[in-house]
Amino acid sequence: MIKLDAKIPEGHISEKWMKYKSSMDLVAPNNKRKLEVIVVGTGLAGASASASLAELGYKVKTFTFHDSPRRAHSIAAQGGINAAKNYRNDGDSVHRLFYDTVKGGDYRSREANVHRLAEVSANIIDQCVAQGVPFAREYGGTLDNRSFGGVQVSRTFYARGQTGQQLLIGAYQALSRQVSLGNVEMYNRHEMLDVVKVDGKARGIIARNLLTGELESFAAHCVVIASGGYGNVYYLSTNAMNSNVSAAWRAARRGALMANPCFCQIHPTCIPVSGTYQSKLTLMSESLRNDGRVWVPKKMEDVEAVRSGKLKPIDIAEEDRDYYLERKYPAFGNLVPRDVASRAAKEVCDEGRGVNQSGLAVYLDFYDAILRYGRAEAFSSGLDPEDYATVKKLGTKVIEAKYGNLFEIYEKITGDDPYRTPMRIYPAIHYTMGGLWVDYNLETTVPGLFAIGEANFSDHGANRLGASALMQGLADGYFVLPYTIGTFLSKDIRTPAFSKDLPEFKKTKQEVEDRLNQLLNIKGERSVESFHRELGLILWDYCGMSRNAEGLKKGRELLRALKKEFYSNVFVPGELKEFNPELEKATKVADFFELGELMIVDALDRNESCGGHFREESQTEDNEAKRDDENYAYVAAWQWNDEGDPVLFKEPLVFDNVKLKTRSYK
Amino acid sequence: MKLTLKIWRQKNSQTKGKFEVHKIEATPEMSFLEMLDVLNEEIIEKKGEPFAFEHDCREGICGTCSMVINGQPHGPMALTTTCQLHMRHYKDGDTIVIEPFRANAFPVLKDLVVDRSAFDRIIQAGGFVSVSTGQAPDGNSILIEQDVARDAFDAASCIGCGACVAACPNASAMLFTSAKVSHLSLLPQGQVEGAKRVKKMVAQMDKEGFGNCSNTYACEAECPKGISVENIAKMNREYFSAMVSTSDK
Ligand SMILES: Cc1cc2nc3c(=O)[nH]c(=O)nc-3n(C[C@H](O)[C@H](O)[C@H](O)COP(=O)(O)OP(=O)(O)OC[C@H]3O[C@@H](n4cnc5c(N)ncnc54)[C@H](O)[C@@H]3O)c2cc1C
Ligand code: SF4
Ligand code: FES
Repeated sequence: MIKLDAKIPEGHISEKWMKYKSSMDLVAPNNKRKLEVIVVGTGLAGASASASLAELGYKVKTFTFHDSPRRAHSIAAQGGINAAKNYRNDGDSVHRLFYDTVKGGDYRSREANVHRLAEVSANIIDQCVAQGVPFAREYGGTLDNRSFGGVQVSRTFYARGQTGQQLLIGAYQALSRQVSLGNVEMYNRHEMLDVVKVDGKARGIIARNLLTGELESFAAHCVVIASGGYGNVYYLSTNAMNSNVSAAWRAARRGALMANPCFCQIHPTCIPVSGTYQSKLTLMSESLRNDGRVWVPKKMEDVEAVRSGKLKPIDIAEEDRDYYLERKYPAFGNLVPRDVASRAAKEVCDEGRGVNQSGLAVYLDFYDAILRYGRAEAFSSGLDPEDYATVKKLGTKVIEAKYGNLFEIYEKITGDDPYRTPMRIYPAIHYTMGGLWVDYNLETTVPGLFAIGEANFSDHGANRLGASALMQGLADGYFVLPYTIGTFLSKDIRTPAFSKDLPEFKKTKQEVEDRLNQLLNIKGERSVESFHRELGLILWDYCGMSRNAEGLKKGRELLRALKKEFYSNVFVPGELKEFNPELEKATKVADFFELGELMIVDALDRNESCGGHFREESQTEDNEAKRDDENYAYVAAWQWNDEGDPVLFKEPLVFDNVKLKTRSYK
Repeated sequence: MKLTLKIWRQKNSQTKGKFEVHKIEATPEMSFLEMLDVLNEEIIEKKGEPFAFEHDCREGICGTCSMVINGQPHGPMALTTTCQLHMRHYKDGDTIVIEPFRANAFPVLKDLVVDRSAFDRIIQAGGFVSVSTGQAPDGNSILIEQDVARDAFDAASCIGCGACVAACPNASAMLFTSAKVSHLSLLPQGQVEGAKRVKKMVAQMDKEGFGNCSNTYACEAECPKGISVENIAKMNREYFSAMVSTSDK
């Protein structure tokens, strides 16, 4: 029986972290040099942790399956990173960021962790500036901010639409410096396939050299998982194609618990699926909803006509359009939070009013915004605000200045020009709030096994606010783990380096080899990809934007049947000891099957609607999400069980500093 | 549309490669990589070996995808990575030749996959600011003009894909290296160790076996991120002034 102890320090919420830091056990510099740490992942979390730990003097070995640490999925983040700097003098503070994050997460996160996140947020910006991250600046040379994701202050720092790229390059450069100093040994093209435990503690990993296919053992005093999120369990998502759950899942199979796996974030504005060959979905930034109006036709005959191309959306009369967000949520309109906007889009498409061939798309229309800005521009430059051509031209310019790069991405992919015809968008899986359960030290239930970044169950509760994932990844890596890892390592200063020839390593390595050979030896008829697509569809249909008990049970059955077929009919070409991308995919999909089942089990257990998790059984009269704090104010931490049902451990959530409220956007 | 693909097949870096011909049916909405996915699926169905190619984000930002399409790195469209290229730019009956990036410093590992780790080593040689976590002053204590921040950003938007090297007749890495040198030396934070940085990075670049720059500017034409050759001029200036300055900063 595992007892979940979050190890939250005593004291007032605003003093916990300070007190913790001043009273924790330290490791002396001469001892740090003897202690080895393995970090799996080089995204924002892994790269920043590797660099910071190495700067402190630990001996670090860092792993990525990419050909270079700079390619991690973090590179794709667009919008920005939050920090409570209050540079705008608009009333932002550590407390407000803390409060917004707990509320935004629909009261399913741990107060103490979130408060610490808000506290260190300001340091992140300073650190990144010092590294040379070219954040956007104001005329006077100070850092610029924008507001993001329905909060009332302007606290998002950004570097054009490529904030993730610039932050990751900063962390990659810090990591590269430590590599050049010999403090980090970098293992590119190495995929971690298992955790090795010695006497119950995490002391190493088994990784496959992806070029040679050899399995290699690596020993250390502790292991940090920074392997990112698992959105790709749905096959189609906004995540990079190779993002996967295997590192975290293998940790879970070695005794770590998986927390809130059913909490997935669906982003409302992505480019819709255009065909069965589709490999991924592309995000269109949330900021577009500031000016775009979302609608579908009212009449079915118009729907059919636009689908077949007989009618253009711009020719549909105003009174025949349903601006459904403005209709249902007059107070917030097109700016309702991500989960609300996503479900509303699904609803109108379920009614049959989707506007592309597959029926799974709605319009995001900039026509009114173009005219509105155009009139204002015409007026202020003394031109005729009634002259349509002038107004349209001027308005287009304003929209181009604001969203030019996004419009370009859209046109590149779809071939449609969004200045002339409304964009077509649809929700897509974007981020996973669930992940490995960790305590205040970011340590899992396996001693010496830590999890940071999107890979842990994190600070975002049931819903993540925009621009908060980058903040959390860098907070964990730069400013939290370097301290908290000391609580474990300070007890290990006399433990000599572990040998990778220990029987525990040999045994685990053999198990990995057997698992890979099993997949290679099935020699069935179907490709790995085809199984992954089908698995994704099952999860999307039964454990996607809205869920109910009956569907979840059916989904679980379908998933199990498909898994059975996978193990008897998958075809993995090539061999173990060679560069074999299909084998890599196969191990990932095998793990997705187990995670997918756990997500369903978790969604079934949580008979309430909160954040990204919408249970149809738990809604208000007007179909809004209904949280159930009395019965579900807990973190669901699951232990996988090969023999039977997963086992649930509950961490009750206590809210001493934030009052629980119902979210309303009407 | 029906297409003929001539694709490079090479088992590993020790063996010689050759072109293989495949026919494929594609649709205009597909991306170029999705077309290759479909080809690989068909090959797997026939129990063959799929072509290895690298990719990850599939939205033009990670720099992983790398192939030469009809003689051009990342294909025919300007400011576009391979993963952003769509099949509507091709027509029925076209023949498309697909091969890996070619450069001595980028050995082919398998089929279309090359080893670009030389780029990491160039960055490790000095492409960073030596500031450890926790040492930073307040972000607004370093004021940076908007234009300077913009220019630094433009240089920093390099995705490390290596198309510049593949495009260059001498397989030079000047555009990549100079983009990093410019990014950091434009900013006050990066200027402190500027001279040391440029010398070390250039030395590493030469050591990796990249060729010299002969001002052909094919790099700029093929760069999917529009990195300007002005960066090369800037790096050259910095390099010479670093070499003549007597003190080794
Ligand atoms: C399109 C898009 C836009 C986004 N925009 C924003 C935004 O504007 N603001 C914001 O705050 N958040 C944003 N997010 C979310 C944010 O980008 C991610 O949550 C965050 O970057 C995750 O960072 P990470 O370090 O935890 O993991 P990742 O960046 O995913 O890195 C994972 C690392 O682990 C390695 N790895 C994984 N498994 C293994 C293994 N088995 N063996 C070896 N290595 C392994 C990988 O190689 C990689 O290096 C966005 C996400 C997407 C998809
Ligand atoms: S300079 Fe351009 S072509 Fe060269 S690596 Fe950078 S982005 Fe690629
Ligand atoms: S796959 Fe990322 S840039 Fe092409």
